[in-house]
Amino acid sequence: MTLGAAIDASPYASGSLLTVEHLSVADVAEILAMTARLERMDAGERAKLLARRTIALLFYESSTRTRTSFELAAKSLGATTTLVSDKSSSIEKGESLKDTGLTLRALGAECIVLRHAASGAPFLLARATGLPVLNAGDGMHQHPSQALLDLRTMLARLGLDAAGDVHAKTLGGVTVVITGDILHSRVARSNAMLLPRLGARVVLCGPAELLPEDALGLGAGIEIERDFDAALRRADVAMMLRIQKERLVGALDLGEYVARYQLSEARLAACAPKALVMHPGPMIRGLEIAGEVADGPQSAIEEQVRHGLAVRAALLVRALGVTA
Amino acid sequence: MSEMLIVGGHLVDPVSGVDALRDVLVRDGRVAAMELPGGFAGVQVKSVIDAVGCVVTPGLIDIHVHLREPGQTHKETIATGTAAAAAGGFTTVVAMPNTTPVIDSVAELEWMLSRERNPVVKLLAMPAATFGSMGGEITDFHELVRAGAVGFTDDGKPVLEDEVMRAALAAAAGLGVPISQHAEDTRMTGGCSMNAGRVAFRLGLRGMPVEAESRIVERDIRLLREIERADRVRPHLHVQHVSTAKALRAIREAKADGLHVTCEAAPHHFTLTDEAVGDYDTNAKMNPPLREEADRRAVVEGLLDGTVDCIATDHAPHASHEKEVEFERAPNGITGLETALGLALRVLHREHGMALSRVIELMSARPAEVIGLKERGTLRVGSYADVVVFDAGMEWNFAAKASRSKSKNTPFDGAAMVGRVRATICEGRVVYRDDFLNGGNSANKSF
Repeated sequence: MTLGAAIDASPYASGSLLTVEHLSVADVAEILAMTARLERMDAGERAKLLARRTIALLFYESSTRTRTSFELAAKSLGATTTLVSDKSSSIEKGESLKDTGLTLRALGAECIVLRHAASGAPFLLARATGLPVLNAGDGMHQHPSQALLDLRTMLARLGLDAAGDVHAKTLGGVTVVITGDILHSRVARSNAMLLPRLGARVVLCGPAELLPEDALGLGAGIEIERDFDAALRRADVAMMLRIQKERLVGALDLGEYVARYQLSEARLAACAPKALVMHPGPMIRGLEIAGEVADGPQSAIEEQVRHGLAVRAALLVRALGVTA
Repeated sequence: MSEMLIVGGHLVDPVSGVDALRDVLVRDGRVAAMELPGGFAGVQVKSVIDAVGCVVTPGLIDIHVHLREPGQTHKETIATGTAAAAAGGFTTVVAMPNTTPVIDSVAELEWMLSRERNPVVKLLAMPAATFGSMGGEITDFHELVRAGAVGFTDDGKPVLEDEVMRAALAAAAGLGVPISQHAEDTRMTGGCSMNAGRVAFRLGLRGMPVEAESRIVERDIRLLREIERADRVRPHLHVQHVSTAKALRAIREAKADGLHVTCEAAPHHFTLTDEAVGDYDTNAKMNPPLREEADRRAVVEGLLDGTVDCIATDHAPHASHEKEVEFERAPNGITGLETALGLALRVLHREHGMALSRVIELMSARPAEVIGLKERGTLRVGSYADVVVFDAGMEWNFAAKASRSKSKNTPFDGAAMVGRVRATICEGRVVYRDDFLNGGNSANKSF
């Protein structure tokens, strides 16, 4: 299956982050080390790093956490940011993604952070503009910055070295159970493809309609366990995913889903009393996760958000090729 | 005086069984005579085609192309599409009806087939099976066949309703033409943009299951049986661009049962798998989609064992701005006329050991047979002088920018090809000549 058109060099600007597949373990270590350095840095120093640099945030989908953290991260580095959303721009008039990207580039954007409902849209934008593009979530495909912040949260809470030096065995012996709507989840894909490369075992859990066997093709180190209790008993980390009621159609009714897959206090106490509880948000309390669990001592949900700010600052610095 | 002499080539004509050095004399647009090399020495001709070192075969026939005229001429015209056909060695193409408007009346069919469209090669057409290809009421098959229709199809869409498909098959049976079905159960493929499977899962794209194809094929075969039993006619179902092992299994069984089922396979389906989608390459997006390796192998197997009757390109040009969008939003289809022979020779002949004559048969005599085309697809004396002369051993790389098509949407830009067309002759006229081929035979250069 060799096509003659050999690709000599990557068509994507260095510093782009389109998928976790493009990250080597060394890249991950470097990003985490940069995150730690930025976090320790004096705020005044940090604000000089991207002074007079311009970053565009291009959001075709609503977002609270990701958008705000990228924006605050960029501002903390001294960058000028501009937010373009599909609701209040020429995108509404039918301007294509390519032309929107070229317009932002012409206006001086040096990096584009893209959230888009279509899987693969960041690849198109990166090819069309030649700019470093940070994928802030594309359809059902990838959410790489989320996986990196999840990784950092785990390393911190499990007492592993979060300052850098991660390697292929850093998460050796750690089992991460990801439960819920895997099929539609870009967070699940990014985590399932990133964590095993640092030695973690990833167990995917959910009903067949939301977790097809094709998920095993994401890579090595991944398995499927349909029984949530059995999966939880092995969990060092329990990562829950949001359930959209309409997507349960044909799978289970809501009551059945809650009974079988909700992370409740009782279930957590019985099966995984020491596991770290994570959720990428937005969460629906009372559906995939009980409010008491989200607020409980095992929960790292708010820490995830805080790590998000730090990791995204590192990704912006990396995208613009600045050394810090 | 005769028009043309094709000398020094190795003639391969699967119909007459000739597979030897022969010189061919062309007169009045037809094959006038054939002799051993030098046999026409002294015969006066207007032009000589030097085919030394080349294979000389019947011109290729593609029963599935989209020429986009009328209404979508920014993608392709009949003139540019047939020029691409000539460059690919094709001398006859069958245009699909999903233009704007849809070809569903005699007036539109006559407009499309008019000489004023300037087709470079023989142009035939399959009009719509139903008005507007809406899947409701069948068109006037009788009048359309009189106006030149060689079959009927709603290509791009399936004829989904049992009763409509039954009526179409029965009506076409009386006229001796096939119903050419785009086999896709669209109730299973909403929102899907590639093949269902591990690659689609990894890319976060909704996938079309193989059953969406096989279920329609199985349904159509059931209808054939019912019609044969009830109506005492013998309808002809032609399955377009078959892409799955499951559909091929159903077709193989139906053929064994004696039903009149034929099918075609596209070069991209025997060459590529869904891995070619890569980083959301919209030039690897078509319908049916590229499948998994097991399905690709099944298509090759079907070509080798005769289950697949012919090769057809499904040449589907689209403008660059239409393809340069988010994968899920991009239109389906790729160009194929200029890469079909090169891929068939590379994959089927070289990699899978299919005899050269068999490759040619799948691209000339067999497609002619599927649409009941007489006097083409062979070089028997008296046939139309539709000829392709190609260097069967030459390895080269296709360059999309050099394409004669108006559109360049191909996953084969830069891909390795085996066999290069040197000259294409349609009814005795040279319609394509490779720049490479020159020398003393340039009398006819200004075609």
